[in-house]
Amino acid sequence: MATVRVFVTLKPSLLDSAGRTVADALQGLGFDEVQNARIGKVIELELSDVRPGRVEEMAKKLLANSVIENYRIEGAE
Amino acid sequence: MRVAVIRFPGSNCDQDALFSLRDDVGLEADYVWHAESSLSGFEAVFVPGGFSYGDYLRCGAMASRATIMAEVIRFANEGRPVIGACNGFQILCETGLLPGALMQNARQKFICQDVFLKVENQSSLWTRSVSQILRIPIAHGEGRYIADAETLARLQGEGRIAFRYVDADGNRTDASNVNGSMDAIAGVLNDAGNVLGLMPHPERASRASLGSTDGLQILEGFKALALA
Repeated sequence: MATVRVFVTLKPSLLDSAGRTVADALQGLGFDEVQNARIGKVIELELSDVRPGRVEEMAKKLLANSVIENYRIEGAE
Repeated sequence: MRVAVIRFPGSNCDQDALFSLRDDVGLEADYVWHAESSLSGFEAVFVPGGFSYGDYLRCGAMASRATIMAEVIRFANEGRPVIGACNGFQILCETGLLPGALMQNARQKFICQDVFLKVENQSSLWTRSVSQILRIPIAHGEGRYIADAETLARLQGEGRIAFRYVDADGNRTDASNVNGSMDAIAGVLNDAGNVLGLMPHPERASRASLGSTDGLQILEGFKALALA
């Protein structure tokens, strides 16, 4: 068994309004070093075996929408 | 002429769609469950609104991979008419039948109200007998249309922007673009012109007792396309 994580984030060019609100709230709490916050998703996959390119294929086919999101895979090397 | 109204777990505008197609447009219409694999006997498809699969992962993401959708894609690629309203629009974008994506409204709130739409392309079969300004309700939290600059330019150049959000006089203002969509886009067509996706609900504006019959005009366009 292997655990692979897929991080899905909004493309930097897109407004992340929820992230913006979180950044504003952190600033309001006195964390004045916060310039911005971006919110994404982590998808943890439990795999019976890790085969080359398979998780990438999963990300492309379903986990991320390439119109609005980027993805990064951790643990599939 | 029979229309398939696709039902997913979490669809909630399926009955509105069926009743308006049957009673207001005068078409035969039946439900088709997402797990079905055939559209045999149908000449057109309505993908209704709702919260299919609880909006898991992304709005429309799970529904777009449902069994019936492979058949809807094949059907659309044959040139048959397919309309997706609200969650149906999100689903069609997720399948890749329509370009772009729908994100959370700019002001992060669910919006349920009537909007005014300007028909941007009056030469399409969908819209050629439609008034230039329509009043139709929206009800969505994720309706902000997003596409890259190249796609937007192509949509504009090819006359594939079907509707834009405007005010009652037909002017585009910041306030009239209620969800913050790029270019105030409310609905788009595919490149062949047989697939229409829009966030507003034409099926909720199909008879006088619903407060507007402007949606009926869009559904009549759908009928014309289906019978063509």
